[in-house]
Amino acid sequence: MSSREKILAAVGQNKIKEEMPIPDIAPFEQIAYDDPIAQYETVLGNIGGKAHRVKSYEDIKAILAEKYDGRTQRVISLLPDLVDITSTGSVYEVNPEAHQLADVELAVIGAHFGVAENGSVWVTEELLGHRAVPFICQHLAAVISADQIIDTMHRAYIRIADGKYGFGTFIAGPSKTADIEQSLVLGAHGPRSMTVFIME
Amino acid sequence: MNTGTKDHAELAGIFNKDEDRVNWHDETLWWIRAKRDKIVHQLPEWEALRETASKIKFNVLGNMDTYLMEFEAAAKANGVTVHWAADAKEHNEIVHKLIAEQGVTQMVKSKSMLTEECHLNEYLATHGIEVIDSDLGERIVQLAGEPPSHIVLPCIHKKKEEIGDLFHMHLGTPSNMADPQFLTETARGSLRETFLTRKVALTGVNFAVAETGEFVVCTNEGNADMGAHLAKVHIACMGIEKLIPKREHLGVFLRLLTRSATGQPQTTYSSHFAKPRAGQEMHIVLVDNGRSVQLGREDFRNSLKCIRCGACMNTCPVYRRSGGHSYHTAVAGPIGSILAPNLDMKKYADLPFASTLCGSCSNVCPVKIDIHDQLYKWRQVLVKEGYAPTGKKIAMQVMAKTLASPTMYHAAGKMGRLTIKYAPFAVSNKLNPWYKERDMPSAPKESFGEWYAKNRK
Ligand code: SF4
Repeated sequence: MSSREKILAAVGQNKIKEEMPIPDIAPFEQIAYDDPIAQYETVLGNIGGKAHRVKSYEDIKAILAEKYDGRTQRVISLLPDLVDITSTGSVYEVNPEAHQLADVELAVIGAHFGVAENGSVWVTEELLGHRAVPFICQHLAAVISADQIIDTMHRAYIRIADGKYGFGTFIAGPSKTADIEQSLVLGAHGPRSMTVFIME
Repeated sequence: MNTGTKDHAELAGIFNKDEDRVNWHDETLWWIRAKRDKIVHQLPEWEALRETASKIKFNVLGNMDTYLMEFEAAAKANGVTVHWAADAKEHNEIVHKLIAEQGVTQMVKSKSMLTEECHLNEYLATHGIEVIDSDLGERIVQLAGEPPSHIVLPCIHKKKEEIGDLFHMHLGTPSNMADPQFLTETARGSLRETFLTRKVALTGVNFAVAETGEFVVCTNEGNADMGAHLAKVHIACMGIEKLIPKREHLGVFLRLLTRSATGQPQTTYSSHFAKPRAGQEMHIVLVDNGRSVQLGREDFRNSLKCIRCGACMNTCPVYRRSGGHSYHTAVAGPIGSILAPNLDMKKYADLPFASTLCGSCSNVCPVKIDIHDQLYKWRQVLVKEGYAPTGKKIAMQVMAKTLASPTMYHAAGKMGRLTIKYAPFAVSNKLNPWYKERDMPSAPKESFGEWYAKNRK
């Protein structure tokens, strides 16, 4: 007997015989905040990120220009509206060899939506160019639209329940660790900072 | 870990020699427990969430074979190769084979308690394969040549000065440099090199979705993603109990996991892996290693609901004051003490006794496992099967006889009081397991029985 058959047989024999239907999770889907955008900003701040409410891509460019310079640092963008600030002046072209991303200082990506309860954004690989982009860059910026901030993870999964993706991730703030005596350090392996632009 | 034949009490005794460290360990974990409380109280639906999570897992334990097949079919359709491992040995062999196929001798690994359970690193080392752990805490204990002492906070037992010394020795940092920011930066630099050069990356799995064949890996550091997205081969190893029915159920579990673990609203990265990226190979190893047996043990099967948040450890008064290594098993603390005897009753017979049965663990458990009840039940099973720790076994046999007879009980009570009064050394000595790390009470002048006889009207 193969291990597969062995395991399935043992599990089949030993499993609980009582019926336990999957509980209804619909009531959780009703949970909502009075002001999800304000909630989002507060939580993102608490987890080491920074939110900016902006009116246009010009606002975003101005804020990013204070800290990053595409001429001296490698800046990439997945958003056509922000190519002016990148090092190449064009949208990041996918290169299957992820290692060439090693020197990216700033990556700007779009996100499908944000989640108010935990300050995260949901992204799938089509938005990233390469799956490694939001992890390997030194700093990460994401742009979401203000009406795409949803309340809780339950609602997030309503949104993506039937979604097709090869890879998707919730990103909540910059990479961090507290492994050394519980002192919080931002920038463990991934981005040292995470900025979210909320476009109104 | 090679602990020889030492049991929990002896190992705790070693940890307890350094009282300052014990107090510091205790306070640090309690601080995390307090952070958990604070964030949990922000969700009025918390209890309903726990109840729901527990019921979903109950459903999984009743349909595990179906879900496993559903998951396998969906994962295969996604282009993922699925492997089945009956035990630790088979798991290690599968991983080894996958690495060998690539013709490499190095691998980068993100945190997986399952691979600790299977002693994968040691196994691969004997086959000439070097594993680099990429979670900072795990990397630190790896450099120290120790196993993790906590499932979420692997090096919670180490002071920053000790970590500084390790880094000085292995990574060339200046001596006496113990600044967490500086040390993390050093590890970041060294591991980045590793991520960029490894062809094979291994990760654990937090949740696997039967409906879609995808699996979710949660980290704060992003190390699982750095490994998986840069490597040509991604191996994900999971215990078969990690399944949940549908994607929408992730909402329930992701909301519970990190709030319980560290008091955060969510891990920084909750990554959903469904398909390999172009040019990449993705493998999933489904591991039993005793889980199907535990499923058949009615009193203990609920332990398979565990989502490995570590909350029961952070709150446990015994864990906090004895340290994770005293449990001499991969998963320490209250839940580990239920899981370990399932694997080997003789070797881990001491663990269910390493608890005050205060119930704090059951109170914080996000999937409502009856942890302290199960520990109590294990004690009964172990005593019945003759595996109880010897010291306690003899004492309990005497106690059982004494309690069964009123005459003996009264005589014993009187003797006990006289003993404590006139010969306290007979009680407060090393042969009495209840004296260890405790002060024995002083004896009352008369027993309740004697007092009642005198005072009743
Ligand atoms: S038993 Fe419960 S509290 Fe303990 S690690 Fe598992 S899920 Fe967390």
